Amino acid sequence: MSNIPADLKYTRSHEWLRLNTDGTAVIGITDHAQDQLGDMVYVEVPDTGRSLAAGEACAVVESVKAASDVYAPLAGEVLEGNASLADAPEAVNQDPYGSGWLLKLKLSDDNPAGLMDAAAYTAFLASEEQ
Amino acid sequence: MGQRTPLYDRHVRMGGKIIDFAGWEMPIHYGSQIEEHHAVRRAAGMFDVSHMTVVDLTGDRARAFLRKLLANNIDRVQAPGKALYSCMLDEQGGVIDDVIVYFVREDFFRLVANAGTRDKDLAWLRQQARPFDVDVRPRPELAMIAVQGPTARGLVLDLLETNLRTTAALLEPFFAVLEAENGEWFVSRTGYTGEDGFEIILPVADAVQLWDRLAERGVRPIGLGARDTLRLEAGMNLYGSDMSEATTPLESGLGWTVGWEPPDRDFIGRAALEKQRAAGVPAKLVALVLEGKGVLRNHQTVMTAAGAGEITSGSFSPTLGRSIARARIPAAATGERCEVEIRGRLEPARIVKLPFVRRGEIMVSL
Repeated sequence: MSNIPADLKYTRSHEWLRLNTDGTAVIGITDHAQDQLGDMVYVEVPDTGRSLAAGEACAVVESVKAASDVYAPLAGEVLEGNASLADAPEAVNQDPYGSGWLLKLKLSDDNPAGLMDAAAYTAFLASEEQ
Repeated sequence: MGQRTPLYDRHVRMGGKIIDFAGWEMPIHYGSQIEEHHAVRRAAGMFDVSHMTVVDLTGDRARAFLRKLLANNIDRVQAPGKALYSCMLDEQGGVIDDVIVYFVREDFFRLVANAGTRDKDLAWLRQQARPFDVDVRPRPELAMIAVQGPTARGLVLDLLETNLRTTAALLEPFFAVLEAENGEWFVSRTGYTGEDGFEIILPVADAVQLWDRLAERGVRPIGLGARDTLRLEAGMNLYGSDMSEATTPLESGLGWTVGWEPPDRDFIGRAALEKQRAAGVPAKLVALVLEGKGVLRNHQTVMTAAGAGEITSGSFSPTLGRSIARARIPAAATGERCEVEIRGRLEPARIVKLPFVRRGEIMVSL
């Protein structure tokens, strides 16, 4: 069973979003997503300052098996990409909600509409597995 | 629901992540593909390859049939147990499948083919065997387990019945022995990983027991994911990716498997291959190492000074810690340098000699 922390928001494309009170957010891929993809061997994160639209491809996670795009859950400006993943992509497998985070965003829209809470994401995963 | 091998329950119980592979429900990995890959390079791993197609060819004219059927020359195989790797071609020289044929007796050869090509292979074999009066008998009631890695042979030998153990211990690479006395065990010193080891074809009930006993001795089960990265590092072709009916062996890095001598052996596809050889083979299959970070994938475009080509098998190499690939490029391309288009960017790569890894050792400069 996937780990789905209660304090995060989720997308249908399996990103998670930690909303901070200062209008910033941390983004990564979910435990379910990393499990599906398998061993990570390469992660590409966006440059600082890049402006992202909601739904825009903003990072790439590559496992032995496949390359997958990661989409920005909300619009914003990239504050930082997780540079440590260049040498330790396995952090995405081992700690997807912690050291395996992908990018930090300064949100241009603080209304997280369209995102799922943990309960909704749990139900979404159950429906996808059927 | 796909087909299941006799070891399916074991895969599920051991944590195998099951995927569809050519209509079979097979484990892609048991937790970590990379750890499984390293386990085979450093110690031993076991693979359930029961989905592969085992076919027994029997009859007095079995050898004559194989002379016609195979691009490689079966007459190179005279000693009992000796194995031969070959392509099976159509009249146009396209590869129907790549197979291993074992010589058991003059009237009995065993052929092992791929899983995904089973139906067309059997239809082709039956059609071509008819004039030779050779019986084509698939053996779905047998299971097949490969045990590979530096410690694999010793671990397997410990578990064999005494007579078979003595014989198997003396097997040279690419030889097999059939033990018919105690339930038809077929042990061959072959594999698909670049490591030493055995492939064992045996009755289903024995297979489950062998699997369990190997597991008790610490042999790790290995999924199809690591099987693919191991064979790619070992420089072995994958049917359907590196070659197919659309390519000849000469365009697929398999010219060495074509038995041109003697010139009067009229194997299926020979005329087409000779014509291609005379006209000039347009493409060649090479090996690539990506210089920087990123991962080479199937179908990415390869740019050379002589024109564009395509990656046929690409992946991350756990042993090299870099991405590696096979690619089909224009035959006129020379030198080491090329570039691969990865997600819209041209990344430098180097053309290298195969294999990437042999017996656990990195064979290319990084």
